[in-house]
Amino acid sequence: MGSLFRSEEMTLCQLFLQSEAAYACVSELGELGLVQFRDLNPDVNAFQRKFVNEVRRCDEMERKLRYLEKEIKKDGIPMLDTGENPEAPQPREMIDLEATFEKLENELREVNQNAEALKRNFLELTELKQILRKTQVFFDEHEGGVNPTESMTRALISDDSIARQGNLGSVQLGLPEKTYETEEFFPCFVAGVILRERIPAFERMLWRACRGNVFLRQAEIETPLEDPSTVRMKKFFKFDYVYICFRATLYPCPEAPADRREMAMGVMTRIEDLNTVLGQTQDHRHRVLVAAAKNIKNWFVKVRKIKAIYHTLNLFNLDVTQKCLIAECWVPVLDIENIQLALRRGTERSGSSVPPILNRMETCEDPPTYNHTNKFTAAFQALIDSYGIASYREMNPAPYTIITFPFLFAIMFGDAGHGLLMTLFGMWMILKEKPLAAKKIDSEIWNIFFGGRYIIFLMGAFSMYTGLMYNDIFSKSFNIFGSSWKVNVNASVIYEEKELTLNPSTADYSGSPYTFGLDPVWQLSKNKIIFQNAYKMKISIIFGVFHMLFGVILSLFNHMYFKNKINIICEFIPQLIFLCFLFLYMVLLMFIKWLMYYATDNKSEETYSPHCAPSILISFINMVLFKEPNHIEHCDDYMYSGEMGIERFLVIIALICVPWMLLAKPIYVMRNQKKMNYVVSHEQMNAATENGDAEQPVHNNAIHRAEGGHGSHAEEDLSEMFIHQGIHTIEYVLGSVSHTASYLRLWALSLAHAQLSEVLWQMILSKGLKVEGFEGGIALYIIFSIWATLTIAILVLMEGLSAFLHTLRLHWVEFQSKFYSGTGHGFQPFSFETILDSATQTADE
Amino acid sequence: MAICGHKLSLCGLILSVWGIIQLSLMGIFYYIRSVALFEDLPGLEEEDKLHSIEKFYADADKGYLQNAYNCWIAACLYIITLAFSGHQFWVNSRSSLRV
Repeated sequence: MGSLFRSEEMTLCQLFLQSEAAYACVSELGELGLVQFRDLNPDVNAFQRKFVNEVRRCDEMERKLRYLEKEIKKDGIPMLDTGENPEAPQPREMIDLEATFEKLENELREVNQNAEALKRNFLELTELKQILRKTQVFFDEHEGGVNPTESMTRALISDDSIARQGNLGSVQLGLPEKTYETEEFFPCFVAGVILRERIPAFERMLWRACRGNVFLRQAEIETPLEDPSTVRMKKFFKFDYVYICFRATLYPCPEAPADRREMAMGVMTRIEDLNTVLGQTQDHRHRVLVAAAKNIKNWFVKVRKIKAIYHTLNLFNLDVTQKCLIAECWVPVLDIENIQLALRRGTERSGSSVPPILNRMETCEDPPTYNHTNKFTAAFQALIDSYGIASYREMNPAPYTIITFPFLFAIMFGDAGHGLLMTLFGMWMILKEKPLAAKKIDSEIWNIFFGGRYIIFLMGAFSMYTGLMYNDIFSKSFNIFGSSWKVNVNASVIYEEKELTLNPSTADYSGSPYTFGLDPVWQLSKNKIIFQNAYKMKISIIFGVFHMLFGVILSLFNHMYFKNKINIICEFIPQLIFLCFLFLYMVLLMFIKWLMYYATDNKSEETYSPHCAPSILISFINMVLFKEPNHIEHCDDYMYSGEMGIERFLVIIALICVPWMLLAKPIYVMRNQKKMNYVVSHEQMNAATENGDAEQPVHNNAIHRAEGGHGSHAEEDLSEMFIHQGIHTIEYVLGSVSHTASYLRLWALSLAHAQLSEVLWQMILSKGLKVEGFEGGIALYIIFSIWATLTIAILVLMEGLSAFLHTLRLHWVEFQSKFYSGTGHGFQPFSFETILDSATQTADE
Repeated sequence: MAICGHKLSLCGLILSVWGIIQLSLMGIFYYIRSVALFEDLPGLEEEDKLHSIEKFYADADKGYLQNAYNCWIAACLYIITLAFSGHQFWVNSRSSLRV
């Protein structure tokens, strides 16, 4: 019981499905998401499986849908996402879907092709129109000028400057072909369009090709032209090679002005016609896409479900008779009822009369680890799983983490103000959970925050508590219950001394501590950090030792559950003794020190005065090294009588635990194995002589195989075990020391956080508060916003992240190393939900 | 008329709510002469020795009152910011709804 404490009990099941009902049953199981199917034909190629054809058809449908989606996105049509989850359609519906998609795709492709052809046509016509307009200018100049060459030169110069702007140049070539034969200057004209950046190269090329007998005149086309496709057909002419090289388009250009005018008129009317046709095509395309956009998400879900089902069916074995499919699956024992119900529903839906058979199987394989989670525990389970998934039925640290994680975090992040900000953020995410989840924001950082909303909320709430304990609210203290300290000096002292020392043994201290948390008077004192360090270091070690002790005790439950008595005796007990006798004793010393010593000036009570209080760290080191403490005048050397004897005893017992951990288990196993070998050889002889019922030999064989493995590799196994145990022991013994010290990070980060927030207040907000006069209000207005931004960015986000990571480390290393092996493999159920989620995620990327 | 974008107006909203609450509280604390805020008073120079207690108290009282008013002034400025960014936020959300 208590599925949170351990993973679910799993069982391997064999599932017999009638071929007709298989599809419906698998679809029901997919909706349920509680079954992990095993691949029963791992050596069969993906192309040789039974339902390859169907999977391929689904792929094809998916491709068509993606094409549709791309076109829809191109047109910026909003896709309707109702979030509804249609059931996987029947196999026969697949044909309908296929037909629909086929029709849509063809229609769309045709429309696109037509639109492209029309656009190309449109482009050509526009180019022609532009050419006619430009050439008109050239011809006018030619006819008007007295000397054609002169006018051309003039035009050339002026055109050069024009050509530097705009995007396309219209080119006109003058080719004086028969210059040497006749006096008459009769050029042959060719006109065309070329990309503007190619003009200089084109010009030079022509010049060389025609040995200088060419006139190139250019004018740019101002209106930008839209090129529907990259490849354009070309008209080949005399210099076809050159034209191809430069991708210029040539157009016929009549020489007579009347012809040109007529042609221009024709072009204009054709362009107008084309425009209307183009508009209609666009409208049609839009209508088709809008209709498709309504359903596309739905279709995606359906197709992906079908594909997932056929993928799963491919994992199944086919019965010899071809009448039924055999599947093997991992199933949580508690959910078998649900699964059977789902199977029954599936059979009813398919109209088959034969019920499916779910058959539990015995197996020696390691079952997968499956932890039931809800939205609250899921985040904590994820923290644990990212270290390593628990071995099957191992103690699950997640439920304890729910409390210890925010608490250890809060020790480092102790500030009520920052805690409040964090709590409010967490609370907002929790309260707006449903609308925020429905938004499906893709940002990765947001998803991390949103997934951990309960952790954030708890961390914030706990930080508020520790902040009140440390009496820190944005590094300032509240004096709610009235400080226990009082300044009892007369005026003369105030005039004389710059600093005052309040002595707790005098009337300066009322004798009863501040009601809750740290006395606010410390905020104004110079030795605040020294005082807090002593306190915070001690509580870090105390919490650390208890945290580790808890981890060791959890290992007892692991050993008890797995009936591993030898581990209890040879590992758990010495571990517990080692930790308790050394480190728990140190914690005890701290409490003794807190209770025994107090501020006093009385000579008769000097042994209990602060000056006699020993340093816990020094006395702990002395204890381990068997050293006498340094004697101080008028003080007792030990905190209580007989301390030396007890300490020696504790250290010696703790040291004895080391060889106990190191050697006891391997020696025990070694001796056991000798006995076992003897027994096994006897049993084998017995089995050989007795040829009894069929059950017995099989059973025996199984044992022999398991034991035989041990027997043959006994030597290797034993040495391996010694090494393993040695590593384990060294890890534990050294780990106890280093892990205890590692908990000091609680103090260190808490100190850093407190100091940083104080510095931020003093360096920034204080500057705004110290401005004199009413301008201070405006200065404060500006400086407060800077302070607030930095508080969020540095103190809450950065410090919060670092405290989070340190807490994570304390849990993964210091706590879980005591009991958690984390060598399991996760339960990956066949579930439509996860499949669809991952599919949409990859699609979005 | 939208001057700020969606995010900036949201930032302004959150910041001004925070500013109003914290600054008005700080104003109250200055008004009741909270010792914790003594270090941040204007017009109190650090001196090696105190010369006159009366002058010191007078200076401190003046500083406390001044800072209380300053905090409230800043809080009022944040009320204006709140109104402005609230309006911007409303404009933005309305325009985004229309599309």
